[in-house]
This record gives sequence, structure tokens and C-alpha cells, in this order.
Amino acid sequence: MNTPSDQSRPPDAAAAPPGEVPLLQGIGLTKRYGGFVANDAIDIAIAPGQAHALLGENGAGKSTLVKILNGLIQPDDGEMRWRGEAFTPNGPAAAHARGIGLVSQHFALFDNLTVAENVALGQIGGESLKTLSARLAQISERYGLPLDPKREVWRLSVGERQRIEIVRALMQEPHCLMLDEPTAVLTPAEAERLFEVLQRLHADGRALLYISHKLEEVKQLCDTATILRAGRVVATCDPRTETAASLARLMVGADVAAPKPQPGHAIGAPRLSVSDLSLTPDDPHGTTLRRITCDVRAGEIVGIAGVAGNGQDELFAALSGEQLVDDARSISIDGRPAGAFSITARRKLGAAFVPEQRLGHATVPGMRLSDNALLTSHAEGGVVRHGFVDRAALLDLVDRVTAAFDVRKPGRDPEAARLSGGNLQKFIIGREILRQPKLLVVNQPSWGLDAGAAAAIRQALIDLAAGGAAVLVISQDLDELLEIADRVAVMFHGRLSPLVAARETSREQLGLLMGGSGWPQQGARDAVPA
Amino acid sequence: MLEAILLSIVTASTPLLLAASGELVTERAGVLNLGVEGMMIIGAACGFGGAWLTGSTMVGALCGIAAGMALAALFAAMTIGLAVNQVAAGLALTILGTGLAGLIGLGFVGERITAAPHLAIPGLTDLPMVGKLVFGQDPLVYVSLGLIAAIPFVLARTRAGLVLRAAGDNAAAAHALGYDVAKIRTLAVLFGGGCAGLAGAYLPLAYTPFFAPGMTAGRGWIALALVVFASWRPARLMAGAYLFGAVSILQLHAQAFGIGLPSQLMSALPYLATVIVLVLISRVRRGGSVAPAALGTAFVPDR
Repeated sequence: MNTPSDQSRPPDAAAAPPGEVPLLQGIGLTKRYGGFVANDAIDIAIAPGQAHALLGENGAGKSTLVKILNGLIQPDDGEMRWRGEAFTPNGPAAAHARGIGLVSQHFALFDNLTVAENVALGQIGGESLKTLSARLAQISERYGLPLDPKREVWRLSVGERQRIEIVRALMQEPHCLMLDEPTAVLTPAEAERLFEVLQRLHADGRALLYISHKLEEVKQLCDTATILRAGRVVATCDPRTETAASLARLMVGADVAAPKPQPGHAIGAPRLSVSDLSLTPDDPHGTTLRRITCDVRAGEIVGIAGVAGNGQDELFAALSGEQLVDDARSISIDGRPAGAFSITARRKLGAAFVPEQRLGHATVPGMRLSDNALLTSHAEGGVVRHGFVDRAALLDLVDRVTAAFDVRKPGRDPEAARLSGGNLQKFIIGREILRQPKLLVVNQPSWGLDAGAAAAIRQALIDLAAGGAAVLVISQDLDELLEIADRVAVMFHGRLSPLVAARETSREQLGLLMGGSGWPQQGARDAVPA
Repeated sequence: MLEAILLSIVTASTPLLLAASGELVTERAGVLNLGVEGMMIIGAACGFGGAWLTGSTMVGALCGIAAGMALAALFAAMTIGLAVNQVAAGLALTILGTGLAGLIGLGFVGERITAAPHLAIPGLTDLPMVGKLVFGQDPLVYVSLGLIAAIPFVLARTRAGLVLRAAGDNAAAAHALGYDVAKIRTLAVLFGGGCAGLAGAYLPLAYTPFFAPGMTAGRGWIALALVVFASWRPARLMAGAYLFGAVSILQLHAQAFGIGLPSQLMSALPYLATVIVLVLISRVRRGGSVAPAALGTAFVPDR
């Protein structure tokens, strides 16, 4: 990773179309964090009105580049030009003033403020709240982004929150709008709607810098793509003339291998049995689980599909022991009733758990990887001796996870928050797999990951099952489940459909169940004892 | 008799209201300044000194404000400039303020000043019952009431208030939108310091016309607690401050009447009553809390 920047490259390498001054140009932009080079002599040129894609794996340096272009961080080296003139923003306000808008991945919103107040905060200057509201209504209308200005942000869905960010950016009438993975957090329908908005913006003549993992979207929307790998520009191309596979190859530097099934391993006795599990969640907004029954046998992967919010998080909490169940026998691990066991007691039975939220649930963001490894491995011997933590053993564990799962990170033992999403997820899964669990329960294993990282995670799950472990995967991604699972079921309104062999079902059948049709005793839900 | 009691309640409540108002603004900007007690006592010492040297209540009040702001500036330099832990810095500020005030006060132990003049509007102030209560207070009472009326208006209706709340809710987002979070928070801390200094100065200027080390007697801590129990809402803050003032005066009169309860218990009553009432109020609130989401967290932008 510590390659010195390539000084032999001529500074004019940023490919601007001949005869046209780029709207925004970065030349030789370099950003180092200690010995880690996040951006290494990056050249990028965005022409007026161009829809420009920025592609790369997690951790390739896309977000760093966007922060530099927005003046949020200053590059160590290199220069920027706005319409051909030197442009050195000392803060985000300077970038806004030129007409650069940003819709960030982690929303820059104020939860306790209303929609109108959030939008007003994006407008630096003395515009009165009255004319502001009128313009807000007008822009909402023009781009089909409905918003209720009086509602507080914390009441809104993820899709609505993103709409606020987009409208707020559009209120500044930006010449160049940057969107950092805008569709990653949206449901398919919301993503579809956003996509139409973006096409309208492009038709208006605004330049877009579009960051996405979804290569089909990029091919549809963008006419130029800059591809980053490990902090460097590896290619600038026209995505319309490329295939998704060729773009993915450029991003990863190799073909993305589809996970290979491990043939011919035996299916054993159930390691996890759930019978008649009913549970009222701690969270008043949660979903009540209703008589869930399933089993996961040694050597197989069971997939649980469903639209988010149908009880998956509650099921995960019940299985992992974050919420104890009344009837201890409704969850058994290796034949032992475990419903009243704590998380640590379940781990001692050979279970491992990977929750959905990587930062804040699976790991403590501000703690080093070694300490985060300790959090799930303290119960078994090896890293704790007579109550004292064995630092050397922990660092060794981090090194082993790093080597086995190709975790790329700045330094040997950085804080969890400094890893990119894909690399952190590889670390979390690796941390559990190296404990050689007999049972692994994982919630949304590849959420928000690029193709390369997702494939690596899926392969790891397949290999774990092939080694004789039982694996339960909860995922919203049907393709993922059909790719790796032996048997699947669907969650809907806190209920679980019977398990069926993945080979004997189809996307369509599962999709219908996810939408709520084809369930037995429809309407008899309330008859189920809670 | 009743009029005298009501008047003393107002005087007892005003320093709490002043200090808590300032702390409320500071906290809404995301900074937890536990040094209110220290800023109050230094305000009391300097306020008394100013009034004693010049004979002017006005100069005394200004000296109190300046002293509170000076201590707040030190706090801002530590917590905003150097991103030192706010809790530790606030506690240190209280200890520093207490020590400094004792040092400054050495020169005028035992001295007395004339109490702050009270408003006198011919005709109105002479009205029975309400006259003195409404039109006959000292000027700082009106200042405190003006503040508590202005704060919700500024916070809810003006751009400055909106930006201040934004800095307290999500400092990183405010920075990303181009606001100078450090500047906003520094101004809020200075405002809080000025208010605390004025609250401290009120004690020797209007409450008891002399200076004694430790004369704030934990009022700064009460002001801090009021802000939290009032859920950062100015109207509840005022209710809490006056409730505390009322119970602390009433229990004195009750003791004088010879109620058969231990005096220690009676002295604890204002604290008990205020906490209980405000906890009850905050339990029945509807909707989201206005607790500043970024309260107590240092913000250092990426470089």
C-alpha cells in the first residue's frame, strides 16, 4: 500500500475533452494518513454537464477524493481547478460558493430539527425562511421529491432522509452535484425513483459525480468513469461501451470469482433448533415474533429472506441472546435448551454471531481491532490468562484474521472505524470463523459491500459450512441467498415460512412470500398467542 | 407579609434563572460546561469588587459578566481549541474559580455595599400587592426575565439560533455544510459564562450586600441540574428556577413558625421538590427530546 507517488506522470494526464475547459479538475491529488496513502496522485476532470462515475472497491479512496473535492479535507499534494482557475477550498463553504453540492453516504442531517430547518441550514446567507419554503416546495415539485417541511428528521425513513439531502443540495443550484453511493441504503423502489431524479438533473445540464457499486446504474446514467484501485486511478473510460464484468475487473484488478460450492460434504444433525419461538421485542417499534420454527443442520447454510423490518433483527436478537426468551426450550443449540443463556454462554456452546451494524454493534468504532477481537473471544481460553489480557495473543489473532481473509487496513492494529466497510466486515466474519464455531448466525453479511468483498464473504460462509458448521444467514439480498443457501425461508410480519430447498424454489416464489401473499391462515395472525 | 415573601422568592430565584439560562444556551450548542459554580463565584467576587470601588451597581454587574466570560474563555480554549474532555475541564474550572474568588475577595472581607436600587415608577410601584412585585424589582430581575423570554425566540425563530442548535445536534454535519462549529460553540460558551458571572454578581449586589467566599452555596450546580431536568426547554427552566426559589424561601418561613421537622430536612426540601417536579414533567413529555445529540462531545474537523 505504501507505494510512493508516481512523479514521472505528466501533470496534464487528466484527460479533458479537447477544446473544453473542465468544470472541476483535480491534478495529482495526494492524501496520506500516516504511512497509508489514501489518494495517490489522482487526476480527475469533470466536464460541464457530464455524468461522471467514480468507481472502486471499498477502501479504494473514493470517499477521500470526494472530501478533497468538497474542501472537507485538504490534499497533501496536487492542485484543483474550477473552470480552469486555481481552486483551493479551505473549507466546505468555499466549495459550496463555487457551486459544488454533496449528498453524502452518511447523511449530514440534524435529527432533532425539522425538514425545513435542515434545508435552511444548507443555505448560507440571508434568505428569509418564507422565500426559502417557497423554493423548497418548487424544487420538491420539479424533481418529484416530496417532503413534509414540518416533520422532524428522526421520524423519517432512510429514503426520505436522503431526499432532504438532495433537495438541500439542489437549493444551492449547484453546477456539480456529487452523490456518494446514494442507492446503497434504499429499497429497490426508492432507488428506482432516485434514479429518475438523477436523470432529470443530468438533463438539466448539471454535472454529476456519481459513486456507486451498482455497475448497471453507472452504465445507464454516466458517460465517463474514473476507476480507482488502492488509491490510484487505474482507468478512465466510457462505461456505456464497457460491460459490467469488464468494469468490475478494472475495479478489482482480477476477475470477480463467483463463490464455488463445496461439493460432497455430509449434512449432519441439527445444531440450531428453533421451535414455536414467540417474542415481544424490547423496542416498542419492533416486530413481534410469532411461533417461529426452523432448524439448521451441521454442514448446511440456511437463508432467511424478507424485506427489512419484518422481524429479522428481533430474530437475530433472540438467537444471539441479546434478548432472552421466556421459554428456554424454544431455542436449542446442539440439543441444549439455550433460550435463557447469555451471549457468552451461547458462545461457549460453540455459537458465533455477526450482527448487521458493523460499526457500533459488531465492533466498537473507537477501539482497536485487537480489543474488538477480545470482545467476542474472551470466553474461550487463549487471549485471557488468569484475568489478564494477553496482548501478544490478541495481536497474533488480528494478524491471523488479516492473513486469512485479506483484510486491508492502515497499520497493524488500527481502530475499527478506520477500516472501509468491506474490510471491516471481512475482519468481523474472520474473527468469528477463526474461533471455529459450530454454529454461525449472521445478519446481512454483505450489505453495502462491493462485488469483490461480497464474494469473499460468501465464499467464507460456504467454506465454513463445508467444514461441518451450521450457518444461518439473514439477508435482504435474494440473489445472495439463492447463491449460497441450501435451504431458504421467508420472514413476513414476524412469521417464518417453512424451509424449502433452495434448488426447488425461485426468486418469484420467494418474492411473493416477501410481499405477503401465499401465507397460510392469512388474517389469523392475532390468534397466535404472543 | 405575603408581599415580602413573594419579593424574596423573586430575589432567590433570579440568580438561578440567570445562570441556568446561560448554561442552556451553551448546552444547546453541544458544550457541557460544568464550571457554572466557578464562574458564578468569580462573578460574585468581581461584581462586589467593582461595585465597592465605584459605588455603582451597573459597574459591578459588568465586572461580574466580564469575570464569568474570562473564565469561560479559558474553558473554551481548553475544550474547543484543544479538545480537552469537557467534564474534566468544567470541574477544574469550578475549583479554579473558587480559589481565585477567595483570593480576590481577601481585599474586601467585611466590607458592605449599598444594595442595587429598585425600580420606582410613581403610581404603578405604589399599587397594592402587585405594585412592588411587578414594578418595583431591581433591574437584574428584569434582565433575567428578558433573557428567558428572548432565548426560546432566538433559538426557534432566528438563523443564529438554528445554526446554534445545528452545532449541538450534529457538529460534523454543521461543519460539512460550511459552518464554523468552533466559533459558534465559543460564542455560546462565552454567553453562558457571562450569564453565570452576572448570576454570581447578583448575590452581593442584590441578595446580601457583602462578599463571602463560598456565597454561591452550590447554586451553580442547581442551575446545571435545572437545565437537564427542564429537558433543555426554557419555559420549564423558568418554572424550575422559581419553584426552587419558592420552596427555599417557604421552608425558611416554615422553620421560623416552628414546624416540628428537623431543619436539615427542611433545607433539603427545595432540592427534593425541584427534582421531583421536573422529573415528573419530563416523564409526561411527548415527541422527541430536544437534548442536544452532540452534547459533551468534542469536535475536531478532519484535516
